[in-house]
Order: sequence, then C-alpha cells, then structure tokens
Amino acid sequence: MTDWLHPALVLLLGAAALPLLPAAARRVWLVLVPLLGLAALFTLSPGTHGQFEFLGMPLVTGRVDDLSLVFAYVFGIILVIGMIFALHVKDTVQHVAALTYAASALGAVLAGDLVTLYVFWELMVITSVWLIWRRGTDVSYAAGMRYLIIHAIGGMSLLAGVIVFYQTTGSIAFDRIETASPAFYLILVAFMINAAVPPLHAWLSDAYPEATVTGAVFMSALTTKTAVYVLMRGYPGVELLMWMGVIMTWYGVIYAVLANDIRRILAYHIISQVGYMVCAVGMGTSLALSGAAAHAFTHILYKALLFMGAGAVIYMTGKSKLTELGGLYRSMPWTFLLFMVGAVSISGFPLFSGFVSKTIIIEAAADDGRGIIYLMLLTAGAGTFLSIGLKLAWFTFFHRDAGLRPAEPPPNMLLAMGLAASLCFLIGVVPGPLYAILPAPIDYNAWTVGHVLKEMQLLLFTGLAFFLMLGLVGGKNKIALDVDWIYRGGGKALTIALRDRISATNAELRNVFMDTLVQWMARVKKRHGRDGKLARTWPTGSMAFWVVVLLASLLMFGIRQH
Amino acid sequence: MTLLDLMPFMMLAPLIGSGFVAVLPGRATPWAVTMLVCLSSAIIAAAVLAETLGGATMSYPFGNWPPPIGIEYRVDAANAFVAFLVAAMAAVTLLWAPKSVAVEIQGRHGTFYALFLLVVAGLLGITLTGDAFNVFVFLEISSLASYALIAYGQDRRALLAAFRYLIMGTVGATFFLIGIAFLYMVTGTLNMADLAERLPAMSDNNAVRAALAFIVVGMGLKLALLPLHLWLPNAYAYAPNFVTVFLAGTATKVALYVMLRFAFTVFGPDYSFVVLPLSTVLMVLALAGMFAGSWVAMFQIHLKRMLAYSSVAQVGYMVLGVSLATLTGLTAAFLHLFNHALIKTALFMAVGCVIYRTGSARLDDLRGLGRQMPWTLTAFALAGLSIIGVPTTVGFISKWYLVLASIEAGAWWLVVFLVITSLMALYYIWRVIEAAWFSPRPNGAAEMREAPLALLIPTWFVVSLNFYFGLDTRLTVGAARAAAGALLGDGGSAP
Repeated sequence: MTDWLHPALVLLLGAAALPLLPAAARRVWLVLVPLLGLAALFTLSPGTHGQFEFLGMPLVTGRVDDLSLVFAYVFGIILVIGMIFALHVKDTVQHVAALTYAASALGAVLAGDLVTLYVFWELMVITSVWLIWRRGTDVSYAAGMRYLIIHAIGGMSLLAGVIVFYQTTGSIAFDRIETASPAFYLILVAFMINAAVPPLHAWLSDAYPEATVTGAVFMSALTTKTAVYVLMRGYPGVELLMWMGVIMTWYGVIYAVLANDIRRILAYHIISQVGYMVCAVGMGTSLALSGAAAHAFTHILYKALLFMGAGAVIYMTGKSKLTELGGLYRSMPWTFLLFMVGAVSISGFPLFSGFVSKTIIIEAAADDGRGIIYLMLLTAGAGTFLSIGLKLAWFTFFHRDAGLRPAEPPPNMLLAMGLAASLCFLIGVVPGPLYAILPAPIDYNAWTVGHVLKEMQLLLFTGLAFFLMLGLVGGKNKIALDVDWIYRGGGKALTIALRDRISATNAELRNVFMDTLVQWMARVKKRHGRDGKLARTWPTGSMAFWVVVLLASLLMFGIRQH
Repeated sequence: MTLLDLMPFMMLAPLIGSGFVAVLPGRATPWAVTMLVCLSSAIIAAAVLAETLGGATMSYPFGNWPPPIGIEYRVDAANAFVAFLVAAMAAVTLLWAPKSVAVEIQGRHGTFYALFLLVVAGLLGITLTGDAFNVFVFLEISSLASYALIAYGQDRRALLAAFRYLIMGTVGATFFLIGIAFLYMVTGTLNMADLAERLPAMSDNNAVRAALAFIVVGMGLKLALLPLHLWLPNAYAYAPNFVTVFLAGTATKVALYVMLRFAFTVFGPDYSFVVLPLSTVLMVLALAGMFAGSWVAMFQIHLKRMLAYSSVAQVGYMVLGVSLATLTGLTAAFLHLFNHALIKTALFMAVGCVIYRTGSARLDDLRGLGRQMPWTLTAFALAGLSIIGVPTTVGFISKWYLVLASIEAGAWWLVVFLVITSLMALYYIWRVIEAAWFSPRPNGAAEMREAPLALLIPTWFVVSLNFYFGLDTRLTVGAARAAAGALLGDGGSAP
C-alpha cells in the first residue's frame, strides 16, 4: 500500500479540502490538485497495486498497464485543462463534483476487478449529475433527472451482471469477459449505455447541452471514454460492437446535421466519434485496438476544446442556437481560431490530431479486409467536417451578423483552450510520443501520400458542397426527433389520452391507498405508540413473570428429554 | 515485568483507582485520573489482545495459588477481544464525558467517576476471570455501581428506573449464582477449565441441566434478551448521557460474553445445544427481539428510548449469530458485539450533543435543528447509516457475516428477516433526519448553537471509526474469528 499512491485518492482528498479553504486560496488549489493528481499518475509503475481483501473478495484498486495508463494520462491532462477553464466559476459544488467525477473515472480505469469498477462506475454518475444540475434551470434539472435514471438502470445491469458473473465463474477479476451466462450481456449493456451506443444513447444528446458551460467539458471527456476503455478491456473483438460502432458514426453525424443547439451538435459528434472507437474495439485486431486508444486520447482533447469554444460563446452571449448566433469572428477572434483548431482536428485534417488517430482505425478496417466498414468510416468523416468544421463554425462566427458584440472570454478560458489546441496541433505534427504509449506499439505512418491525399480530397469536396448548398444546411429552430419521437408528433393525441386516463386512475388509486394508509397508521400509532403494549413501562412483577416463564420452559424441555 | 504480570492490572487499575478517585476534590482532577487509569487499562488490553490473537492462552494465578484452588485469570482471544472493547470504549467515551457530566451532575465529580471506574473494573473482571464464582462477584460490583450511576440521572424517573434495574439485575445475578451453586454441588470445583473437564461425565445429571438453564436465563436478563429486556429502555433513557453512552456500548456485550463462555467452554456446544433446545429458543427470542425492538423504536418520540429499543433489536442480531452455533455464526456475533458498540456509542453521543444544547431528547424539539447544529446531526445521520447497514459502514459488515452464517447454516430465510429489520431501522433513523433537516423550526424556538468541540470531536472520532472498520475489516474480522475459534475450542487459531 505504501509504494504507490492512488491518483484518485489525491483528487478525492483535494475535493474534500476545497470547501474548507478560504475563497482566495481555492483558485490556487483548483490548479494544484489536478497537477498533483497528474504527478501521481506519472509515478505509477506498471503492475498491480493496492490489493486488499474485502468480505472475502480480492479487490485490486490499481491495475496499471499500457492500456489503463493511456486513458489515465489523458484523463489527468484534461482535468488540468478543464479546471483552468472553470477557474472563474465561483460555485464550489461544481468544482467538488468535477474533481470527484474525475477521481471516479480514474478509479474506474485503474480498477482491476469488477466490484471496484462498479463502485467507481456508480460514483461517476452521482458526481457528474451535479455538473448538469448546477446550471440551475428547470430544463437542466429535468435533463439531469433523466440522465440519473438511465445511468441508474445501467448501474443495475452492471451490478446484476457482476453478481451473475461471480456466481458462474467464481471470480471477480476484470479481464476479457468470456462466459456463456447472461452476465456477458448484462455487463455489455451497462457498458454500451455509457458508451452511448444507439438506441441507448439518448441520455447523452439530452443531457450534455444542458450541463453547465464548464461541466460539459469534463462530461464530454470522461464518461464515454471510460466506457470505451472497459469495452476494450472486456469485449475486444465482439463483432456486434463493430456494426454498432459504424452505425454510431453515421447516427451521430446525421443527427448533428439536423441539430440547432451548438452543444447538441457537439454531443451528437461524441456519439459519432465514439462510434469509431467502438467499431475498432469490435474489430479487435491489434492495430484497431491501438487506434481506438489513440483516438480516445486525441478525441478527448479536441472534443474538450470544441466544448470549451462552444461554452465560451454561450458564456459570453447567453445564446446557444445557430439561428440566434452569427458574425462573432469579429468580436471573438481568438475563440474562433482556437475553436477552428478543434474543428479541423475532429475532421481529420492533416497536421492535426484527429488525422493521426482516426486514420489508424480506418487503416485497420482496410487491413482486416472489411470494405463496407472502411467506406462508411471514411465517409462519416466528411459528415463530421460538414457539421462542425463548416456548419457550426460558419453559422456561429460568420454568416449574417446577429448584432452580438461580446468580448473575448476571460483569460483563464482562453488559456485552457490554448493548451488544448496546442496539444491537438503537437500530436498532429509529432504523433510519435502518442504512438509510443499505446497498448500495442504500432508500426504505422499516417503521413503517406495516400493517406493525406485521400483525406484532403474528401474534406475539400465536402467544403465545396457545403458552400454550394449553403441555404439548405443551416440550423433550423426546430426540434430534431430522436428516439424520443414516440411521445411527440403522431402519437401525441394517443399519448395524451393515455396519460389522462393513467393519471386519473393513479389519482383514484392513490386516494384509496392513502386513505387506507392514514387510517392504518392512526390505528398502529394508537396501539403501538408511546404507551403501546410493547413500549409501555411494565411493572417489575411482569418482568419477573417472564423470567419464570423462560426458566420453566427451558427446564421442562431439559428434563423431559431425560 | 512481563505482559502476564501486567494483565491483572487491566482490572486492578480501575478497581484501585476508584478508591483514590472517590476522595479527589473538584471536577477536573477526578476526570484526569480516571482517564489515565482507563488509558492504561486500554493499553494493556490492546497488548493482551495482540498476544492472544495468535492462539495463545494466558493464565495468571492470583496470589500465586495454583488454579483449581485459587482464582485464575485465564485469557484467550475471546476474553481479550471483549476486554479490549470494554477498556477502549471506556477511554473513548471518557473523552466525551467532561462537558456532558458537568451540566448533569452537581458538585464534585469524585464519587461519580469512582463509580464509573467500579463499573469498568467489574466488567473487565467478568471478562478476564477463569473462575465461575469470581464472575458473580464482579457482576455484582459492576451492577451495583451501574445502578448508582443510572440513579444520577437528572430526570426523577431515573430513580425508579435504577430501582427496577436493581431488582431485575439482582434476580438475574441470583439466577446466575444458583446455576453456579448447582455446578459446584455436582462437581466440587469453581474453576471454569476444571468444570469443563468434569462436566461431560455428568451429562445425565438433572442438576447440570438446571444449572445451564439458570445461567442462560440469568445472563439473558443482563443481556436484555426479549422478553427479559423490560428494564433496559428506562434505564438507558433516564441515566445521565455519559452513562448511557458507556453502558450501551459495553454492559450487554459483557453479559453476552459470559453466556457464550458458559454455553461453549464450560458446558460445551455439544451439551448446550443438544440437551437443552437452546438453539431454537435463542433463535426465536432473537428474531422476536429484532422485530419487537425495531417495531417499538419506530414509534418512540424520545430519542434515547428509541435508541434503547433499537439496542434490544441489535442484541437480537448478536444472539441470532450465537443460535446458529457455527464458527461463522459466532464470528458474526462477536463482530456485531464490537461493531454495535461503535454504532450505538456514536448515536448516543450525537443525541447527547443535542441534549447538551437543547436539554430535550424529544423528536418534536429536534425539528429544524439540522441547520443550526449541522455537525452533530450529520454525525447522527452517518452513524444511522451504520445501524441501517449501508455498505462501507460497520453495520454492513456485521449483517454481511450474519447473512453468510445464515446461508452457510442453510437458513437462508433468515436473510429475509435481516432485510426487513434493516428497513425498520431505516424508518426510525429517517424520522430523526426528517425532523432535523426537512421540518421547519417551530416558531419561537430558541436559536441553538453547534455543540462544543469537546463533545463533537469524540463523537466524530467514533463515527469515523464506524467507517474505518467498515472498510478495513482485517482487525475486527480477524479478532472476531479468533474469538469464535477460541470458544469453539480449536485453540483460537487466527485465520
């Protein structure tokens, strides 16, 4: 226990101490704690740490190997950046939530057994929901509630899966999950909910746009990527995941084209980008898995950058819809530039980070001889560029002038965005260090003429198409129906009638039930309250009586047997 | 001086100390000396526990008279565990004592603390001794002193409660004495180890059966096993807060230990659980206690009475573990013996903090207090989680082992009962939280300040122990298993 320090512990202690500090010291603390956590991460040596026995189960809180380290590193980095971005926020609850949320994500990634994983898994939900609720609007409260419910269901599924797994195999070690029992699917469903695999994805696009400006940065980085990690660990090479992943890449892109809220567009693109990773996990080849890890690493950085850019716009203008924004490049040039770094990164432009990781996955599909997958992954990239690099950027920063003249965001926000942007650029130019820490060191060169040309062609023609059809692709101030279409549109009347009937029945039942309950409670209180039979202060004689009864019965039994 | 020579001083220090403390003037000095004495006892107890955990048995002949004739202190893991609990709880609760005792007891505190030391000495004597009659002597010492302590309560009903406890306690002690007399009559010895050797030859003797029945009933009374619990609620409710805090954590536990020692070591499980239907009787009474205790607690409006009834229920949990008569069952009983001491001490300490400020333990007077005394009531809520049995608390560990023991014994239906009574605990704890945090402060109620640090720090210390031992179970489970092993006669080997 002494030769290692769990990085999550550093963060948890830091979070616990935060409310006790004077307001002036909090800002320093907020940067110091993530840095200390990151430092603790860099001291980790590969191996198994923090083992102890709890109720007869061997728990491993620190499994450090190449795979868990990649995710842990990037979680640590994004925590530092996100905290700098959030530095101006005065709401301590949010900061504590963010720190504990990051701690639990780290705990989940480093967990070596399913029980530890489950504990941190649930902790992630409980802490992250505060990042939604602290927005303080009715919409965000409702969205947080739905988020909580979906993840509670996922958590139940995971717990049930872990129990069944333990029953059938007698082990709680978290490695590749190979069992014919229902545990396989129970755990898979829980993981897929967190990875936002359609049709279990609706929580993400529902909740993230409603989160606080700074909270969304953490959320975009941690939850889905933890899910990618556990899928890589538990379900590599499950073909179902490959197809689900491809569907995700397109599903997210299509809905993003329809969306109007800037952070909803970004949220759908999380689904799309996680689709690449899930698909790679499903392929399960060494190259694909490395690609998934690399893409998770770069994705966290550029997606956080995009969320920070969008957050800065919302923070400064108070508006989040494309139809209400426009012409901001004049008043927020730095925000625009930094946002564009994220946009070209996610689109996979050469020289930026998305290019060096996404192409690994596409290459892996080609190597594996999966033509359809290859084509779909490749073309989904065009859709990504279309909606983020062109549509989002164009309608937010150019297009018509919406008359908004916001100032640049506070320096801490720009600094955080700058850090993320420079990392995106650095990785894009010098991918070597990233490749070196991947689980399976890969012999892959993104910079072949073929890769670059193919990617550039795709992107440039997409750009051409965009400007030709500018009138068609803009944001419409409408709601794009997702899985939640059921209770809207055609089914609306039916739904309302049904709802009225149900609520009437419910009211009647409640009345009957509550009346009975109240009567029953009154009766019970009367009989068992302070002077009820059992609670009364009995005379000494009755105590003696019971003594005698007990003794006599014991003796009778004893002597009868004789 | 070896540890063996020091061992009797665990009991002798408080016994001798009490005479000294009785004549000390003022308030601070008697407390300081008492604290010193209890600390030294606790340190010796810890050393003895460490020694016996490995399976060793320590035997100390008093006055150098060899055992069957003289009085012998015979300590294995089982007594060492209980003795450590008593000595440690005495020291911990004493930390909490001075502020609370200062408002409740007028004049000098010398006699009060002297009586307290007598209780500690008595309880430690009971656990350490290997002589059956000596158990009775110490039982009387601790009982008489505790009647006097309870009578110190500010409420005038305390006198009546103490008197009733005196009568019932005396009945219990007398039954115990009759049991020992039967044994002496038949075997001619009072040394427990000796008794254990001679009894198997006389298993058909009716006097031996009667002895077991008398001892079980007598100790059942001190243990507050339903339906012999009637003295407990009032005694706990009206005693001074410090006395409640200490007795709730220790007195019933020692009675349970004596019952176990006689049932398992002296008579042997083959005898106790075969000749008398002890298993069935204890299980029925334990379940009845769990239900009746929790049920009544759900409707109490006096917090200390509520916790007292909850103690009746918790005693049920321990006895349930005993009634299974397996290694895991006994381990669960010993675990809960230790854990419940932590839980109840924390709860009573928190309630004591409330009473210190408001002067009332009524649920109605607690309304809206959560915002004015947040630290106190958060401590109560956390300790409440422990008694409900939420994971990461000691309450969960106890229940977990009870569940394991039930399943191991094939009595899985017991698990249903455990869950139901846990829900009942949830209800009676929730009522307090609801009143404190979710009800408005009544109009005209005085503004309360947070309890003083001198009370809060020990309270939070015990609360944090609830969580520490809920996570790190190596010490508690190890010691409980060694204690159970010692009673079942496999030499108390550590797991």
